[in-house]
Formats: sequence, C-alpha cells, structure tokens
Amino acid sequence: MNIVVAIKHIPSIADDLPVKGNNVDFDSVDFVLNEFDEQSIEQAVLVKEAVGGTVTVVGVDLIGELDNVLHLALAKGADKAVKVTADEPGADSHQQAKWLAEAIKGMSPDIVFAGVQASNDLDGQIGPMIAAYLDMPYIGGVSSVEAAEGTAIVTKEFAGGNAGKYSVSLPIVVGVQAAPKPPRYAPVSKVRQVAQTATIEKISPSADGAGAGLSMKKMAPPVVTGHAEMFTGSSKEVAAKIVELLKSKGLA
Amino acid sequence: MAVKYEKVKAVEKEHAVVDGVDVSGHWNRMFEQRVIFEYTPELIEKVASIPNAESFANCYQCAKCVAVCPVDVVGNYGPRKLYRYAQTGTDLTEAPELWLCTTCANCLRVCPKEVNMVKIMPAAREQAILDGKFVPPELQQAFENTAKSGNPLGQPQRKRDAWIQNAGVPIPIIKDLGRPVDVLWYVGSYPSYHPRGIDAASAAARIFTALGIDFAVLGKEEKDDADSQRLAGEKGLFEMMAEHNIATFNSYEWKELVVTGPHELNAFKNVYPKYGFERPVLHYTTFLARYLDQLKPLLKHEVNVKVTYHDPCYLGRHNGEYEAPRKLLEAIPGVELVEMSRNRENGYCCGGGGGGMWMDSFTAKHTKMRLSEKRAMEAASTGANVLAVACPFEVSRFEDAVKSTGNEHVTVNDILELLDRSMRGEQ
Repeated sequence: MNIVVAIKHIPSIADDLPVKGNNVDFDSVDFVLNEFDEQSIEQAVLVKEAVGGTVTVVGVDLIGELDNVLHLALAKGADKAVKVTADEPGADSHQQAKWLAEAIKGMSPDIVFAGVQASNDLDGQIGPMIAAYLDMPYIGGVSSVEAAEGTAIVTKEFAGGNAGKYSVSLPIVVGVQAAPKPPRYAPVSKVRQVAQTATIEKISPSADGAGAGLSMKKMAPPVVTGHAEMFTGSSKEVAAKIVELLKSKGLA
Repeated sequence: MAVKYEKVKAVEKEHAVVDGVDVSGHWNRMFEQRVIFEYTPELIEKVASIPNAESFANCYQCAKCVAVCPVDVVGNYGPRKLYRYAQTGTDLTEAPELWLCTTCANCLRVCPKEVNMVKIMPAAREQAILDGKFVPPELQQAFENTAKSGNPLGQPQRKRDAWIQNAGVPIPIIKDLGRPVDVLWYVGSYPSYHPRGIDAASAAARIFTALGIDFAVLGKEEKDDADSQRLAGEKGLFEMMAEHNIATFNSYEWKELVVTGPHELNAFKNVYPKYGFERPVLHYTTFLARYLDQLKPLLKHEVNVKVTYHDPCYLGRHNGEYEAPRKLLEAIPGVELVEMSRNRENGYCCGGGGGGMWMDSFTAKHTKMRLSEKRAMEAASTGANVLAVACPFEVSRFEDAVKSTGNEHVTVNDILELLDRSMRGEQ
C-alpha cells in the first residue's frame, strides 16, 4: 500500500507567541510538528505494519528546519521523506495545500493522511484542499483506519462521544483526529542514525500563488478584561460566600 | 511463558517404625525433595545478556537488597525479587517493574555479589526502548522535551536565563563576560525554570555574590545534563546532550564547575569522563562548605527552625557527600538539626532518581504510596518543621508529598534558601 502523510511545521505555543508587525515573529519562535500530524504519522505506520507498503512523509520547509521533523518520522517507521523548499514562514494552509498536492500528485497514493487541523490557524483546510487538488474523496475527524486491498474501514468521531464507521474505497484523503494508539517513541540514537544516512528529496515550490487571499490586519495578545476573585477564610466562610455570590447572580 | 508449579508433596506412611519406635500417623510425615529444575534460567539470561546488565545473573537471593530497597517499603520490589520474578516467568523488559527502580544504589551498598542495578536497569530499559516496547508516556514526554527543548520540562531554550532578571544581584553570563572565571556555575534545568527551583537558584546567586566569588553562568547555552534520562534508558539522548555540554564547557576558561544538583554532579564527574571531559566538578554544598569561615559572619539572622535533612541519593551514596550539607545547616544560627532514622548511607530515596521524577503517575499505580510521601512522613515524625534538601528535584516532590500526607506544617526548603534567609532575614 502506498501511504503518504502530509505534515505541517508550525510555530510552537509552548511559550508566549511573539508578535512582530501584523504576524508572528517567525525569527524568535521555535517551530514544531503539528500535534495532529504526530497522530497522523502514527496512524500511517500502523496501517503499514498491518498491511505492508511504504510510508512517505511530505512537508513544506518553511524556515529551513524541517529535516529534524522528517528524521523523526523516518525513525518512527516512515520510509521516505520529501520536503518542498519554500522558505516562506507565513505561507497559509491554502498555499501549503497546493504545494503539498503538487508534491503528492506523482506518488499515486492509496491513502493520504493529514492532521485534521493545526493549532496555528485551526482552519482544517490542508486535508480537504489536497483532496480537491488530487480529485480524491476526503474524510476527516478520523480516529482509526483499518485498510485492506482497495478499501478501508474508517472510524470518524462525532460530537457527544459518538463515532461512526465508514467503509471507504481507496484512494482517499484522511484527516486524522487521533491515532488508535499514542504516538510511539523514537530513541534519539535511532533518530541520529537516520539523520546521518537518510536522504530527503527536495522539491521546489511552484510559483503559482494559491493563498486564501486573506491579509492579516492586526495580531495582538488577548486583552485581559476579567479577573478571578479568591475567597479566603475557613471552609464554612468560603462556602457562605459562594452561596451569597450565586444568590446575587440569581443562580441559587 | 507460563511455568506450572506444583506444591511440595508431603509423604506420610501408613505405618512407620523408627529405631523400634512406632511413629505412625502425622509424626512420620516427610517432604519430598523440592524439584528446582522447574525454573527456567531463560529470562534471567535474557536480562544478563544485555551489555552492562551481566551482574543480574550473580544474584544468589540472600535478599539483603530487599531490606534496604526504598520501593519495597511502599510496594513489592527489590533486585532479589526481580530475579525471582524472572525465574518464574516475568520478562523484565516488558514488565512494569522495569520502570520502578530509582537507581538509588542502596541495594548495591549491601549486595555481597555486586549485583549492580544502577547499571542493569538503564541497560534493560535502553533495550526495551530500542525494541519499541512500552515506555511510560510521561517519561516519553520528558525524553521528547529534552531532545526538542534542551530540558525535560519542555520550556523554551531562549528562556533558560530569564530567571536571572529577578535574582536581585547581577549574574554574569560567561559569553558576555569575555574573560576567564574561577567558577562556572551550571544552574540546571529545574533551578532555571521551575518556580521553586528559581527560588534556590536566586538564593545561590546572592550567596555567591556575598562571598565575593568570581562566577558566571552559561545562560542560554546551558542544556540539561540528561543523566536521569540516561538512567531511564535513553543513552542516545544523554550522549547528544553530553556532546553539546562538553563543547560548551570547553569553549570557556574556568577553574571549577559548580553544580546546583546532585544528578548534574554525577553526570559531569562520573560519566562525562567517558566522553573526554575530565575537569573539577563540585556540588554547591561541597563548594560552600569550603567557605564556611567567610560564610558564618554573613549568616546574621536567626532562622529558628527544627530541620531534618534528606540525603539526595546522588549526592550521598553515589558521590559520598554527607557532611557538607549538615555543616552548612549547623552554621545557620537558630537551626536545630535532627536526623531521620534512615540517613546518610542508608538515606531513603525521594523517588525522583533514575527517571522516577517523570514517572510519578506510573509509579503511583504500582506502589502503595509515592516514595516522596513515605519520606515526608518520616520527616514529619522527627518533629521537624523544615525538611531541608540539596537536590532541585526534591523541593517540588516533597512539597506535594507533605500536602498529600497531611503534613503541611513541614516546610520544604533547599539549603540554599535557608542560608539566604539567614543572610538577609525574613523577606
């Protein structure tokens, strides 16, 4: 089975997001792999382990540091790594979907996995747009994939803890919400070994502008408006104050 | 691999005469010889065949280790028991027991056969990790954080020296200083990022400054020592960090390396030499004890507390420093030092070593209580109102433990904080 994983490198939110002008200050922020893509890579490797095949990981190199992420994916069980050398940290998901679709087009994949969304824009567009560019069907919010020859059983999550099982025919693009197992650990010694031996295929991005056409007017940290009031005293006193507050708000 | 065991059979003859005396009935009961061949050595050999884990096979089951194992106090554990589990069908590389050892080395202290769990456990864990076996998720997170961010907390590298802004004294960064220093102070990850660690680091900075020590820190160039990650089985990660740290240490001129934490002491003093770094390394207690005469006049304010001191495993048993911390505490006016029953060579482990720092939830599932909770109760039972520590892992561990065991009247302080309080008075 020919499995492709489209990944996204995004600014880390482990720290306060630095803002410069109308956008993130890309020079003073670490980039990390989108956490849904970590799930997506795990799901892809699980499918490969179940039915055989190859896993190719494709990403857009926005800041010249994607190799680390690709090496990690290879150490976790991917077979090939490809990067689109764009060097445009601000490229939006529409633009990235175009570049990724162009890179994937010649690979004739059976399944393309993409994280269902990314925490930088939360727009969930990469998967559906790749599907549109490649003229393939898309199913998102997926928490499990069992593939067989030409078909797959896909579990899709719905609100309220409900899930639906779909039988789909391949090829298909799958937006991964979560893999059925937590992403595996890749020992550093293995990652370093991969880094020394692996070759990463480079693809130049096409010049076609395919951005969403939106321009950022302003980016700023949220303004703090409210505050938490801490009640002090014995538990009885605190309880009395809570009751009083609930009454004053008409809630009790 | 399930082996079926039969209980020893009793043999009772219907009629037996011994030396002319009829001992019929239960008096003549004999036991058949126990068949010891039913135990397979395979799973013991599986562990002992891993490089550095060979001594696992040395065990002759005297069980001296179990009596001193801190995990056995709160569970059912100890090297001898692990040997027995392997004998009776447990594959250590797949069992939860693989992750419970804190590498505290108390077993090694008493073992007549030199079964060295400090080597066996990291080797067996490394094998399990390389084979893609179960790794506790919280430990996996700490590994990934260290590889990605240079510290197990997952905090950004560029914020590593952010704490120095509020230390109250100027803290020179060696790169900016541009000259050799006497002391290169390796601050460590928890003192750089954890709020309570920062309290101790700031206290250290003020003490060094007051003593007129010519020191500097690495600032943003400092990365985690990764010794506990090594002991938890991630040798590759340790080596990656060691390469970075050794290159950084060697790029500046300094006379002595002083560390805040015992795990860093162990890494730089005992393990980095294998990677070509052999320079003088001191824990801050050893370093400051040298300055006692200059320090004493600075300790102007009485700190009226009853203190009990917890020996960190990697300062005490692993590196032989028991007295310097006590000398520092005794130098503080008003401090009354009392000992817990388990102290010095037999000190009880806080549970944080060998990666235990990042496996609290996992360990809690396999033990009756956390090791830190057991120790907090021991501290409280001395009547002390301060539990003094000298390891950056311990403040947060014991602060949680005194709360969860209902001993909130016991305050947890790094020795640095107590010295600083005596120097400056209550702030």
